[in-house]
Amino acid sequence: MIENRPFLKVLSHVILIFGVLLVAFPIWVAFVAATHDAGRMNILPLPMWPGGHFLENLDVALNQGVWGGDGQGVAFMLFNSMIMALVIAFGKIVISLLSAFAIVYFRFPFRMFFFWMIFVTLMLPVEVRILPTFEVVANLGMLNSYWGLTVPLIASATATFMFRQVFLTIPDELLEASRIDGAGPLRFFKDILIPMSQTNIAALFVILFIYGWNQYLWPLLITTDQDMYTIVIQIKRMLEAGEEAPQWHIVMMTTLLAMLPPVVVVVFMQKLFVKGLTETEK
Amino acid sequence: MLKRVHFKPSVLPYLLVAPQIIVTLVFFIWPASQALYQSFLLEDAFGLSTQFVWFDNFIELFEDPLYWGTFSKTIFFSFSVAFLSMAIALCLAVMADRVVKGSGVYRTLLIWPYAVAPVVAGALFFFIFNPTLGILPYLLKFLGYNWNHKLNGNEAMALVIFAAAWKQIAYNFLFFLAGLQSIPKSLIEAAAIDGAGPGRRFWTIIFPLLSPTTFFLLVINVVYAFFETFGVIDALTQGGPANSTQILVYKVYSDGFVGLDLGGSAAQSVILMAIVIGLTFVQFRFVEKKVEY
Repeated sequence: MIENRPFLKVLSHVILIFGVLLVAFPIWVAFVAATHDAGRMNILPLPMWPGGHFLENLDVALNQGVWGGDGQGVAFMLFNSMIMALVIAFGKIVISLLSAFAIVYFRFPFRMFFFWMIFVTLMLPVEVRILPTFEVVANLGMLNSYWGLTVPLIASATATFMFRQVFLTIPDELLEASRIDGAGPLRFFKDILIPMSQTNIAALFVILFIYGWNQYLWPLLITTDQDMYTIVIQIKRMLEAGEEAPQWHIVMMTTLLAMLPPVVVVVFMQKLFVKGLTETEK
Repeated sequence: MLKRVHFKPSVLPYLLVAPQIIVTLVFFIWPASQALYQSFLLEDAFGLSTQFVWFDNFIELFEDPLYWGTFSKTIFFSFSVAFLSMAIALCLAVMADRVVKGSGVYRTLLIWPYAVAPVVAGALFFFIFNPTLGILPYLLKFLGYNWNHKLNGNEAMALVIFAAAWKQIAYNFLFFLAGLQSIPKSLIEAAAIDGAGPGRRFWTIIFPLLSPTTFFLLVINVVYAFFETFGVIDALTQGGPANSTQILVYKVYSDGFVGLDLGGSAAQSVILMAIVIGLTFVQFRFVEKKVEY
């Protein structure tokens, strides 16, 4: 602190607390809604303090759902979302590690060509090539499958760049030493590169898990079979179908369930999360 | 770029890049070239016949006032989201940088919305601003204001901006805080000794020194608002009322999947790709180099 100004100090805390409340307000409203029963949620003004129906609503949301969700509970959708997030995160990390390794440690024809090809994916977010990508996936018979949900999202330029950056900082002496000790490329990759980039892998995993969990447009397009829905797209369907009299207490409970896993990851792995965020956005 | 010491050439590097390259080819480059190709085609609604029409789809788009309306709405939306969330985040980051005690707690409490999916953020705001039941329209009624974003296009636009900006505060806050913490304390101390108060120090030293961060975040936020807010809009307004919140990405989706205008949708995709390429170029070329004070 440069100078002591008690007034400014208090003001800072007041503004920060105000900011925290502003950011948390939507969640508080959702939480309160998720603890009341249907009757209370139809009377104005809506409650601002939690009621006593939390567990009951949780049970309904997980196992029965609302008529807006065609009477489906969301338990298995949480499972689908989890699979999708994990496969996308693992897949992206594995294929990016491999290609970054090839590009940094080998000299081979078309090396730069491959590098630019990967770079181009940065410029083609799913949103701009929705229709043709959908057609490709449909032609491959991957609609309504875990493959279709995950594989098209797995190529990642940012992850490849990040690992390339990490590998470039690893001293050349390590490679020389391991070569003298008789290690081949794969051995070097497994015993030196992977252990040395452990924290980067973990940081990236946190970011990619959130990315995968929160996918919306893609699962919306390629899942028509209810068994393949993810929880994130289910929320939209609940809002839509419940246009006249949405069962807000269940919808909001589902919303809470949909954001819980990624929020828990961010809060409890904050260091890795911040590291991942600052490293990938370069 | 390449290590000075490397492995002998063999078939191995090809095998290593193969998975990434295959996924890229099949799901990125092939569809993108398809979009490019389809943008030159005119297809009837049943997909029975196609006709090569050169740039007709583009000309039609550029002559369509609705498309230009969407364009200007998208730009207004993106910059509003960027400005609103960056202003709030900067204010909070400056405060968090000032406080000694509890800044870790504040950080934790401010960053978690990053993890909320855009469509979930949309659902939350949909509930809060619901014209019949929502808590905010209820409060606004006491002030004599009748909120109904289902009928009023401006209110709908404000709503999607709020929801999209709310989610992005966390990200901007983290980067502003990191930027603030990297400013040398000696500079600020020197200014304080020269008699500059906190406000003056902020505008003459801190804010200019933050300009690389600010510019970087501006690009990132505009990209976010352009491409990642689909979920927010789909949950809140579906582009309505009367297309007042239809941004470019939403139009590609609704023309392609709902309207089944394949050529038009593909032409829009191509224009979007050009925008992404431009933004990526700006990001790489200028972000770290040019904006220095």
